[in-house]
Amino acid sequence: MSDIGAVKGDPTWPDELYELLRQQGVTQFAYVPDAGHRVLIDRSLADPDVHSVALTTEEEGVGLLAGAHLGGARGVLLMQSSGAGNCINFLSLVKGGNFPLLMLLSMRGEFGEGNPWQIPMGQGVQACLEAMGVICLRAEKPEDVIPTVSAACTMVFKSGSAVAVLLTQKLIGAKEF
Amino acid sequence: MADSQSGNGRAAAMSPVGVLDRREVLPKLFPNPKDYLFIAGLAGTAKDTAALCGDDRNYYCLAGVMGAAASMGLGLALARPDKRVVVLTGDGELLMNVGTLATIAVLNPPNLSIVCVDNGHYGETGYQKSHTSLGVDLEAMATGAGIPVTRTVTEDGQIADAAELIRSGNSSSFILLKVKPTDPPKVRRSLDAALSRLQFIEGLAATR
Repeated sequence: MSDIGAVKGDPTWPDELYELLRQQGVTQFAYVPDAGHRVLIDRSLADPDVHSVALTTEEEGVGLLAGAHLGGARGVLLMQSSGAGNCINFLSLVKGGNFPLLMLLSMRGEFGEGNPWQIPMGQGVQACLEAMGVICLRAEKPEDVIPTVSAACTMVFKSGSAVAVLLTQKLIGAKEF
Repeated sequence: MADSQSGNGRAAAMSPVGVLDRREVLPKLFPNPKDYLFIAGLAGTAKDTAALCGDDRNYYCLAGVMGAAASMGLGLALARPDKRVVVLTGDGELLMNVGTLATIAVLNPPNLSIVCVDNGHYGETGYQKSHTSLGVDLEAMATGAGIPVTRTVTEDGQIADAAELIRSGNSSSFILLKVKPTDPPKVRRSLDAALSRLQFIEGLAATR
């Protein structure tokens, strides 16, 4: 079985990304699984020093990380772009309460998408998130990922912003149909 | 109308509306509210919690984002294993994201209790019946989700056992409080989500 929908080739950035998030003090990894986040999910499951939280719906992750912040912990919310739509009303808490929030979205429904069900949310993700006050940063190339997420961490954990990094389909590859 | 009521007759008989009064039960369940960090749902349970905690700031109440209380409690419980965390929420709020019970059960933090004040109604919007008036059993859903310890409290004599579980249980727990559909305490509380966030964090820092 080919590793379709996962990260193209065997890049080093997913492991570097995990190390970066740990260096930033992230101890709660919350996710609805997606192939684009496979390395982060597997590493969080294997790391005894973090909580690896499988969610039933992405909006739970928004609540979870708000609660983590109240307790002084840092987290990251991983999802496929389709999950962004599930989060919209919960982002009222983030915006109204000035909660920091770091989201990493593996994109579907854009560059080279072959599943028409993915197109509407994929095309609407950035507009929806920005409408709810989430700053969106895009990573298009492997060498973009670490600097972009690093910048996002500063904006989230130092400035208290809500930031989504969109790991684009140019970066992670389109799933084949 | 008649058809829908007869269709729900059997289910309604299985889930009688509670007889306990929330304004009397909660102070008995939490004789020392300072011992806990509370995340409260909207409306009724927000007022319950504000009345319970008084001037202390060991609680964060929602006034929107319905369905977020349980996941917020989970994040807080994981972040602060040294504190006992209580999610105090209503049947309507919990039903909106009832899958969170599954997420909690998988993690099973020992310092987290979900206390559902189940009046069988959406009180804030005019006391329309909720699903729990029509046969839905939230304790059974919590058990099915895998929460290791659950209780349903329908009478005064069951409160002490539930209180002990919340105070010193060694797994996540779920308490269903069946109460009658009467109003929560009349109490003014801040609707400023950002101010409440800062007050909670400052209050928590002061306990260290």
